[in-house]
Amino acid sequence: MPSPSQTEAQITRLIREEWGRLVAVLTGFGGDLSLAEDCLQDAVVAALEVWPKSGLPDAPDAWLIATARRKAIDRLRRARTKLDKAEAVALWHWQHAPEAEELQTLPDRRLELIFTCCHPALDEKSRVALTLRAVGGLTTREIAAAFLDRQETMAARLTRAKKKITSAGIRFRLPDPEDLPDRIDGVLKVLYLIFNEGHRGSSDQLMRTDLSEEAIRLGRILTACLPDHLEAKGLLALMLLTDARRLARRGPDGAFIPLEQQARSRWDRGKIHEGITLVEQVLGSGPPGAYALQAAIGALHAEAPDFASTDWTQIVALYDLLWNLQPNPVVLVNCAVAQSYATDPSTALVQLEATGAGQHLQAYQPYHACCADLLARQGRSAEAIVAYDRAIALTEAPEEITFLNARSDAVASAEKSDS
Amino acid sequence: MQFMLLIYSQEGSGPQPGTDEFGPFIGAYMGFTQKMKDEGKLISGEGLQPVATATTLCVRDGKTHTVDGPFAETKEQLGGYYILELADLDEALKCAAEIPTANYGRIEIRPIAVYD
Repeated sequence: MPSPSQTEAQITRLIREEWGRLVAVLTGFGGDLSLAEDCLQDAVVAALEVWPKSGLPDAPDAWLIATARRKAIDRLRRARTKLDKAEAVALWHWQHAPEAEELQTLPDRRLELIFTCCHPALDEKSRVALTLRAVGGLTTREIAAAFLDRQETMAARLTRAKKKITSAGIRFRLPDPEDLPDRIDGVLKVLYLIFNEGHRGSSDQLMRTDLSEEAIRLGRILTACLPDHLEAKGLLALMLLTDARRLARRGPDGAFIPLEQQARSRWDRGKIHEGITLVEQVLGSGPPGAYALQAAIGALHAEAPDFASTDWTQIVALYDLLWNLQPNPVVLVNCAVAQSYATDPSTALVQLEATGAGQHLQAYQPYHACCADLLARQGRSAEAIVAYDRAIALTEAPEEITFLNARSDAVASAEKSDS
Repeated sequence: MQFMLLIYSQEGSGPQPGTDEFGPFIGAYMGFTQKMKDEGKLISGEGLQPVATATTLCVRDGKTHTVDGPFAETKEQLGGYYILELADLDEALKCAAEIPTANYGRIEIRPIAVYD
């Protein structure tokens, strides 16, 4: 028989893995996300008490659902003296909810849960927090830590969001077909926000790393629920291919390492393979969306054995397609970088300036950093150093300043040794 | 459940009486109201007189204070409302998007409280 602490770890893992599905099933019974989470939490407490003594039941998830259901009925009955019409209806629903021998025999309602948590009537940060809590099964403490918030602040945010869902009339259901495209875009945005949150910063890397993994896990859940949605697959591919390079992106001191200097042996081949497979499926199925295009660019980087043999011409072509969908400074600057390797830095700079970037992007740090690099590679050192200075003046992140300073110094010292 | 859709806009924005756009604008309002009625959703709905007609009152220590003007001096003012019987917020959002002023001003959606 496993030791109590082993059982506890097993229970914690199981609950984390099944949390979203369980919350979704329970919310489906009464339509009330708050109550579903509360009674599932009650059931988890009971499980942690009973299972270490009796061992895990044959169908732990069915046990949790049955227990949570009893707890919900208890909670509603206790409130009976002041039970309003809505609660009386809820009680009836809970009492008549289907019994399940196994969770798998109940319909998977995680998609409804995801849409509820990502409803546009909730503010963005609450959508992110709620999705991590209800779908991902992260604890309030874990979410607070990831966003460097106090636990009480995060708990209050989650409570407020759930209260709004109930009182504002956000129903636990799939959006109408005509609303679906916008609402799915909203969900993808939430997942990408979670993913990028995990990639920002370096000091607290360990816990932020969890958020990237979590976003990928949520992406897998979403693609399982929406197997035909190309952009959902595109986003999952993009996250996998970006995350595959995570270890190589930071030096031992946490400093940022640019793509050309990354040790490609440290890239995660498993994630790359999965990402590329998804990209191929998506590109073969119709016109690619913005996430899929970015994933395709990531796939070309991942497939290149080294920086020099990257297929830059195709990357430029993909950026051109992306520009048609998202004409923004990020795409413009990244395209100029790709162009500088596909042709040469001088051509890339002329093309970048021809877009009027010099006027529009004066306040955009990556523009100046890009110009600096293109100038330096043409041997125009003095101009490059001026551009680096502009970029540094627009940067607040210490690690970026360190990186840009190092680049600028390298240009200056190369200039000196040449003369 | 019932929702109140509060219609806010800057006075003078949107089609004005005497212009070519005004007729179709009012027509769109009548069309929306009729549609809500036909679908059994309309509880009530009215437009309000301009904000120049507003008077705001409060009672403090038994004394009534009356002030000329609206509660809040904001650019966008309450100009009218609908109360609709709808399934959920998603439906309310769809109805709100059909209110002609949504193209010029803003619609605030508030569920009506139920006391039972």
